[in-house]
Amino acid sequence: MALELTAARHDPALLDLPWRTPLEEWPEEILAALPRGISRHVVRFVRLSGGVLAVKEIKDDIARREYDMLRNLARLHLPAVEAFAVVSGRVDKDGEPLDACLVTRHLQFSLPYRALYSQSLRKGTATRLIDALAVLLVRLHLTGFWWGDVSLSNTLFRRDAGAFSAYLVDAETGELRDRLSRGQREHDLEIARVNIAGELMDLDAGGLLQEERDPVEVSERILTRYHDLWGALTSEEVVDDSERWRVDDRIRRLNKLGFDVDELEITTDIDGTSIRLQPKVVDAGHHSRRLLRLTGLDVRENQARRLLNDLEVFSASTGRQGEDEEIVAHDWLANVYEPVVRGVPRALVAKLEPAEVFHEVLEHRWYLAERAQHDIPITEALEDYIENVLPSKPDERAVVGVDTEELPVLADEGRR
Amino acid sequence: MATVKFDEATRIYPGSDEPAVNKLNIDVADGEFLVLVGPSGCGKSTSLRMLAGLEEVNAGKIWIGDRDVTDLSPKDRDVAMVFQNYALYPHMSVADNMGFALKIAGVDKSEIRKRVEEAANILDLTEYLERKPKALSGGQRQRVAMGRAIVRSPQVFLMDEPLSNLDAKLRVQTRTQIASLQRRLGVTTVYVTHDQVEAMTMGDRIALLKDGLLQQCATPREMYDRPANLFVAGFIGSPAMNLVAVPAGPDGAKFGTHNVPLPREHAGSGGSHVVVGVRPEDVEVTTNPDGLELTVDVIEELGADAYVYGTPADANIVLEGGDDNLAKPFIARVDGRNVPKKGSNIFVYPKGEHLHVFDRETGLRL
Repeated sequence: MALELTAARHDPALLDLPWRTPLEEWPEEILAALPRGISRHVVRFVRLSGGVLAVKEIKDDIARREYDMLRNLARLHLPAVEAFAVVSGRVDKDGEPLDACLVTRHLQFSLPYRALYSQSLRKGTATRLIDALAVLLVRLHLTGFWWGDVSLSNTLFRRDAGAFSAYLVDAETGELRDRLSRGQREHDLEIARVNIAGELMDLDAGGLLQEERDPVEVSERILTRYHDLWGALTSEEVVDDSERWRVDDRIRRLNKLGFDVDELEITTDIDGTSIRLQPKVVDAGHHSRRLLRLTGLDVRENQARRLLNDLEVFSASTGRQGEDEEIVAHDWLANVYEPVVRGVPRALVAKLEPAEVFHEVLEHRWYLAERAQHDIPITEALEDYIENVLPSKPDERAVVGVDTEELPVLADEGRR
Repeated sequence: MATVKFDEATRIYPGSDEPAVNKLNIDVADGEFLVLVGPSGCGKSTSLRMLAGLEEVNAGKIWIGDRDVTDLSPKDRDVAMVFQNYALYPHMSVADNMGFALKIAGVDKSEIRKRVEEAANILDLTEYLERKPKALSGGQRQRVAMGRAIVRSPQVFLMDEPLSNLDAKLRVQTRTQIASLQRRLGVTTVYVTHDQVEAMTMGDRIALLKDGLLQQCATPREMYDRPANLFVAGFIGSPAMNLVAVPAGPDGAKFGTHNVPLPREHAGSGGSHVVVGVRPEDVEVTTNPDGLELTVDVIEELGADAYVYGTPADANIVLEGGDDNLAKPFIARVDGRNVPKKGSNIFVYPKGEHLHVFDRETGLRL
């Protein structure tokens, strides 16, 4: 049987990987030391053409289905890992057929929750992860995607100005519909809650959970966060005709949550004394789109919020609030943001992404100022940060080596 | 434990004119293992999801026991989707892996312990309860996953193609385990598959769907022996039943030179056709000119038996159920030690009592 390759962008180096060897037996020298998390399939990470790829061995039809699904999610601009290829028609050295492989691109600077728990953690990490997962789930549900296996293990996290943003990793059980019913959404949520509780209990059993709080109690947060956000984004509101400013107010509230309103349904009742309004199409990324328009910087939502705040401060402190926004933004970029980001020594650039470094330097400046009881220039804060904070942080560009557990379900008496 | 009733249950997807599930009526008995089977797009998964509360019911009702659950949310229905989540937690003991969902549900410790021990006993996992999943074999890990659903002691188990992502060997192992486990537990189970072999080997009864319509709901034996229509006849059984359209005369159907007696009310007056169905194992093979003449194309040796694949010598005779490009061969099972030669001509006719006759127009069994 001939090896069959389906890929969006062809990379010849992909053919050099040892496809005739079961994934479990791939030689160590081609593997990138990355955490594998818990998985019911065999998963390996390899270095290829300067990047890192995740390879998962599964049945052909399932691999193809998941590949197509991930491509669809990308088309819908939903945060998910990028599908790279499906390799099928594999046979081993004796001509016996092997399962297909789904290849996805590793998300730079992303962290599996288990890797986060192997570092010394800031308090409240679990809740911040769950908050990020709730946002992801709401976004997926708004688009009509039913996940079917929501869990921390099936999600990757990227730092986002002190918080996290979440990315879908495993779309194996997912389905895209026009619209999800309440039952489908509730079912996904129930799966999420049970899985999160299980995952936290497991960390607890392994002595990795540094917090005192009960995993079951923490897991319930996914329900409240999800329902709050879902309600804010979709609920119908009735306002008196004399309070039309409330329409604007609703839009502003959604912006604050990081969403733009692309379509708002407004209807008046027959006698015209009240207005019903309900957001119909909302789009995540309000702040990051605004920052992108002003500066060309493409960063995550909370980072963008942070950067926009700093831009606002810059504009006020230089007395330029009346000026054209884009010109001020350009100056801020050249005089504030870029000097900080470029000030990071080459040896330390794999620690954190530039926007996250900027956020941390701002935090650090605040901390120094509080201690000194006076303002600190950003250049000074940067120097102190590079000297005393950044070097002790782990490299997170392609996160490495925590304990890996793999419990694939295989037939007894060896396999095949 | 409980009965399940689909009562004229209908699901129409938004934007579609044809119902995905059309007025489905099935009564599942307490403790029964019912398999929903059919080709892709037949409505089997949609039906299961309507029962689970994951799919809206546009008309009709769904009952679990004497409760109308049509508008209840999934978690208020007391059903468990089995194999939804295989993930085993490496740091937790087998007992905790099985019981953790009960802890979330707020069940007290001694009750959790009791239910976990009962489930472990049924699953032969008692001696492993305090170990970590790493110490278990693949099959034992599977049973832990089953244990997770069992300890919840739901009224109904729901399984949607649970074996579809397993390799062939594990599929057979797990199939047997699920079936025997269900019988020991006696929990009403609704199971979805596209695989008729799975359906036949596991179900107490099978409900076969096509285009959202229930074709037949019966025991595997009855589906096999008395298929209600041409579709059921062609779907159940592997290799499939041979279905041959033949002219019906006053004294029966003409199966080649062989006369197949028909009930008087179905005997035609010349010109009309019926479809005669005969399973590969119910074929009489002879070299005498009696029956339908075939040219032998392929012999498939199975040891004790062999399958003969042949083409009717009369090119006007076409078997039903083939696709457009590929004529369907006639298949006969013969004694493995007495096999006709490839390329030779043989005659076949149905053995007396195992004959199926269908109306060619309506497809219904006559």
